[in-house]
Amino acid sequence: MSPRRQVHLAVLAPGTDETTGWADPRTDPWTSFASFERLAQVAERGLFDFLLLDEGLRLPEHRGRIHDLEPVGRPEPAALLNALAGSTARLGLAATADTAFGEPYELARRIATLDHLSGGRAAWRVTATPDAAENFRPGADSEHSARTAEFVTVARLLWDSWTADGTPRPFAHRGRHFDIAGEFGLPRSPQGRPVVIHTGESEEIGELAAATADVLLTRPGPLEAARLRYARAQRRLAAYGRAPEGLRIMPGVTVALGDTAAEAQERAAGIRRQRVTPRYALYVLERLWGVDLSGHDPDGPLPAIAPRGRDADTLARVARWRALAQEKGLTSRETVIEASGRPSFVGTPDSVAAELHAHVREGAADGFLLAADGLEEFVDRVVPLLQVRGVFRTEYEGATLRSHLALSHPVGEG
Amino acid sequence: MSGLLHLAAAVDLPGCFDAEPYVELVRLAERGGLDFVTLDDSFGRPGPDALGVLSRAAPATRRIGLVPTVTTTYTEPFRVQAAVATLDRVSHGRAGWRIEVSTGEDEARLFGRRPAAPLRALWQEAGEVADVAAKLWDSWEDDAELRDAPGGRFLDRDRLHHVDFTGTAFSVRGPSTAPRPPQGHPVRVADATGSQARSVAARYADVALVRAATPAQATAVRDELRALAAGAGRDPDGVRVLVSLLVDLGDGERAAEPGHGGGGPRPTARGPLYRGGPVDLAELIAGWHADGVTDGFHLVPVEPRRDLERLVNGTVALLQHRALFRTFYPGSTLREHLGLARPANRYAGTGGAS
Repeated sequence: MSPRRQVHLAVLAPGTDETTGWADPRTDPWTSFASFERLAQVAERGLFDFLLLDEGLRLPEHRGRIHDLEPVGRPEPAALLNALAGSTARLGLAATADTAFGEPYELARRIATLDHLSGGRAAWRVTATPDAAENFRPGADSEHSARTAEFVTVARLLWDSWTADGTPRPFAHRGRHFDIAGEFGLPRSPQGRPVVIHTGESEEIGELAAATADVLLTRPGPLEAARLRYARAQRRLAAYGRAPEGLRIMPGVTVALGDTAAEAQERAAGIRRQRVTPRYALYVLERLWGVDLSGHDPDGPLPAIAPRGRDADTLARVARWRALAQEKGLTSRETVIEASGRPSFVGTPDSVAAELHAHVREGAADGFLLAADGLEEFVDRVVPLLQVRGVFRTEYEGATLRSHLALSHPVGEG
Repeated sequence: MSGLLHLAAAVDLPGCFDAEPYVELVRLAERGGLDFVTLDDSFGRPGPDALGVLSRAAPATRRIGLVPTVTTTYTEPFRVQAAVATLDRVSHGRAGWRIEVSTGEDEARLFGRRPAAPLRALWQEAGEVADVAAKLWDSWEDDAELRDAPGGRFLDRDRLHHVDFTGTAFSVRGPSTAPRPPQGHPVRVADATGSQARSVAARYADVALVRAATPAQATAVRDELRALAAGAGRDPDGVRVLVSLLVDLGDGERAAEPGHGGGGPRPTARGPLYRGGPVDLAELIAGWHADGVTDGFHLVPVEPRRDLERLVNGTVALLQHRALFRTFYPGSTLREHLGLARPANRYAGTGGAS
């Protein structure tokens, strides 16, 4: 193993998050396979650990109507990643699959299939979205976090059920949410077991991740706060009897690059201006105010009326925005732009590489999940600088996702 | 029969969990110009997820139709339709879906929700899944994705539709999270041999597979299917009926056994089995098709690696030589291979349900 802590990199395929620059006319049609294929190939050229795909369970709605301002529409992740397994050779392929609906046997089989067909490059990103019930068989109940924990336990039981030499063994599980028995349909995968990814900062997720995750995706934060969170996750791991190197912690980040610091700042601002169209500004205001603002002028001042929601968070946020607008003399739209999130890392390739390295060196992260926007530029300009620093691979050393992540391969006891 | 001959083959490889052997078989079938390959699937025996395998084969092939079995008993209808739509997307319009049910207590125990239901209930549900899937494929009109950057709108929500489907065991509100697939509706395939499955096939299938050992049997099932389809308000010419045969080409042209009728199929426990040479098989295919017995054949090799090669290089080559089967693909989608039109969207022009 290299003496320096290595950086791990992953990319999130474009989706319904607000970092997505779909309005850029240079981008491909939203759901074309070619655009996913190109993204995967750029990530593989950049020697990334894995590509992550989200799952769509229902279309987002706003005020009783389908939300039409941001990209929606998603392929089924496992099917798409199986296809991408044929267009890539080493890149890890992470499929989001929800536990609020569906059955462990079916999901474990779907992910294990991807793992076999990709030669051991699959990951399962666990989510639980009970609010999509309108599209599914009765599944999740009020205990959905307990159901999720049991779901993951059962999936691992199934993946581990065959012996290392390829003999099926019967499994049986009887729990609060699942009571199943039989034989699983697939042997152990080339990486022993698919990689398990959890997402979030809550206590519940922290415990679940400490018990079963190989990768934990978190929110980005300043170095010191991230270090504290990282240390807490490490302590949790120890409580479950796991070694610190058994869990990779990767915040989801966005990057804006420029030839100079000023240019990078300008690009970051430009991205926000482009995203917050007048219509989008109204949508954000309607969400905060909780009322119909269709007659409101986005280029005029903030709505004078009080928000419908009387909760402390809403009132504090509205007060903050009013103060911001007043102080800088901003219109509604300008206020939304000013208040919207900034990229996590803004600067020249050199300074961004240094900052990313610092987070890993100082024990604040093991790596980063990048938004897909600007991936090619990141691969061309930042990855080589990480390599020069000796903290990112110059070629794939192994064939499996576990080997990219420097995780041990579980083996079945005979 | 007036129509073109259609040929499909199964690429089942029991005990195979790796991609490459499947991809090789699909490529071989594509070299023969076959309409589509099928890959069977069941939770009740070892094997990979069939839709996953054929998704893996999609970028490695260009024209051949890809028809995995996807069961409806223990799966989520919403995910099934999204997965089939995604296969259609990654294959640029070559996806089909062979609708099947999960039977028996062993499979029921893998899920632990309910005891195995009777066949009638299972196929009733399968019909509902086939129905809601097509509604969800239509829930996005083809041009729903606007990407109107100046106006800041990604979607035209007037072209998205709730399906508000309520079945006996599940309900789905919609719309789908996946846009309308390239073929509009990927091709739905069902084995119409059993009577429960046959009524679902007559209502919803674009391709019906029938296991028949004689021309008379095949004709009878075909006539019944067409009548059922007409009774359900469909144009019977919108259903392709293919005779499904097990084929064993292991012993060459001399294999016709006594009582085999010159290489004709014999009934077996697994369905009608043709055992003989590739040339006699070509004769059988040409003869039944010329007599109007069937639109074509779905051939299930007993020994896939061996028999599919003999099928393509022997039987298919001979049919091509006699100008009875295509030598190249004039179309690019599975619907085009089958001569089936791209369906209109049932919701087009109705205004958004959002």
